[in-house]
Amino acid sequence: MNFELTKEQMMIRSMVRDFAVDVIQPRAIEIDVEARFPLDIFEQMGELGLLGIPFPEKYGGSGSDTLSYAIAVEEIGRVCGSTGLSYAAAVSLGVSPIYYFGTEEQKERFLKPLAKGEALGAFGLTEPNAGSDAGGTKTTAVLDGDNYVINGEKCFITNASYAKTIIVTAVTGKNEKGRNIISAIVVPTDTAGISITSNYDKMGVRGSDTAEVVLDNVRVPKENLLGDPSKGFKQFLYTLDGGRISIAALGLGIAQAALDKSLQYAKERKQFGKAISNFQAIQFKLADMAMEVELARNMVYKAAWLKDQDKPFTKEAAYAKLFATETAFRAANQAIQIHGGYGYMREYEVERYLRDAKLLEIGEGTSEVQRLVIARQLGC
Amino acid sequence: MNIYVLLKKTFDTEEKIAVSNGHIEEDGAEFIINPYDEYAVEEAIKQRDEHGGEVTVVTIGDEDSEKQLRTALAMGADKAVLINTEDDLEEGDQFTTAKILEAFFDGKDADLILAGNVAIDEASGQVGPRLAERLGIPYVTTITSLTIDGEKIFLDKDVEGDVEKVEASLPILVTCQQGLNEPRYPSLPGIMKAKKKPLEELEIDDLDLDEDDLAPKTKTLDIFLPAEKEAGRVLEGDIGDQVKELVSLLKNEAKVL
Repeated sequence: MNFELTKEQMMIRSMVRDFAVDVIQPRAIEIDVEARFPLDIFEQMGELGLLGIPFPEKYGGSGSDTLSYAIAVEEIGRVCGSTGLSYAAAVSLGVSPIYYFGTEEQKERFLKPLAKGEALGAFGLTEPNAGSDAGGTKTTAVLDGDNYVINGEKCFITNASYAKTIIVTAVTGKNEKGRNIISAIVVPTDTAGISITSNYDKMGVRGSDTAEVVLDNVRVPKENLLGDPSKGFKQFLYTLDGGRISIAALGLGIAQAALDKSLQYAKERKQFGKAISNFQAIQFKLADMAMEVELARNMVYKAAWLKDQDKPFTKEAAYAKLFATETAFRAANQAIQIHGGYGYMREYEVERYLRDAKLLEIGEGTSEVQRLVIARQLGC
Repeated sequence: MNIYVLLKKTFDTEEKIAVSNGHIEEDGAEFIINPYDEYAVEEAIKQRDEHGGEVTVVTIGDEDSEKQLRTALAMGADKAVLINTEDDLEEGDQFTTAKILEAFFDGKDADLILAGNVAIDEASGQVGPRLAERLGIPYVTTITSLTIDGEKIFLDKDVEGDVEKVEASLPILVTCQQGLNEPRYPSLPGIMKAKKKPLEELEIDDLDLDEDDLAPKTKTLDIFLPAEKEAGRVLEGDIGDQVKELVSLLKNEAKVL
């Protein structure tokens, strides 16, 4: 057993940390207040190769691994939940499915520009009436000659307004049991009939773009269908397993930030003539936070490692997502408590951690869905 | 062009320094490339991209120094050399370092050697100039601009906030000051490529040196942390009273008057 990161993983961590602290952190409050997607930051991240970390060089990626990618999400999440979420969604949902299931031709066309960071990708699964119940997808794709004609509505789609391609899930037929066959189709966002609007006024991750996508007779070549047409559902379950690791990593980053801020504040803040870090009431909170952060880190890294070793990781990814995101919420909540009245103020940033962390308990599978996934893995 | 960078690993500026038994505790500490050496690496890469050639980064250190060398390779340097003195040298000073580097540069035909202005740990600023003296080449310290034109080199040298314009010729050694450039982040593809770039490891034997040649010329008598700074005091009230109180405090409490 070896808990040491490789030299490359350590270098990636230190590079991303430097970049996050120098470039993103000074703007984190403004990104939240103005709810503005920091496109220029993503351009820089693209140039540094961050958007292609887990993909091979031949597809424009950086040729690194899932663990390095998780570390990068953690470091970005530590300074800005909005940027972290858009980053995690871009790589795990917008790009990964093309890498996992795409043909060589699709990889050449769609994967390369995304992995190189020249463009962003999005994943359109959620619909107004199909969230946790992804099987309830209503969007349809009907074959008409050499084209699919797609009709439907997608909601809460991360990065859609800035995406070059959206991987859309749609019903393409029925199997012999009469159940819907759901497939994934790559839809370039400049195709006629797509309208993308982002009018959501969100509680947290406010600088991450979230959009509604309406598809009205959108025609794309049938070659844009991703992977096995009859296994679309399985494909996106696999995609979501991978995505969970990145959301877990984001939770880990926020939890670490909550701990860092709390510890620093507790050592500086004086009450009753002493720094409040001398009081057990505060010490116990800090001890719990530190312990949970480390446990979350171990679980996130293990899930990433399992994926890198091509071993099953569904259960571990669900553990990681559930534990790390709930840790983020608890840690952020305690961070506000430790900061007292100041913690309630935006300037001290910990209240933002709480708002950002809340999304992580919902997006890419709610905490309840994670428990379901775990229970199923246990054989229930 | 044959460009060399002298690089040292130093404590991360975020690290808390602890001293025990007259030594600085290194266990578990994070190390970084000396920030001034980062300017040197960046400048070396820029000059190579403009004029062609090769950048070699050299460090004297231990096994762990490989991390900083790999980072320089990830930024874009071509080759790295680690002169590992861990098993051979108990102690050393700037003389030791300059002497080892002199042996290393023997027969190397360097056109440009870049170093940091100072290392942020011991801050002697001596290694660069001492090495240049030993190699018999000119040197300019604390540069903030560097332009090469054929065999000529034009430099801006920071002199306590003013600028001195210097024209010199290659080969030369320069030490880099803040303001020279903005060091790049090592990119992800850069980090992955660094794994495959050559990193040569040498010991002092390989340079035909032995411990006696390298005995330090200085002796460290003691290492201690500066006294902890006490909280300041803000005087209040009428300016005249404040002045009186200040004078009395300086006289009676601080006893500096």
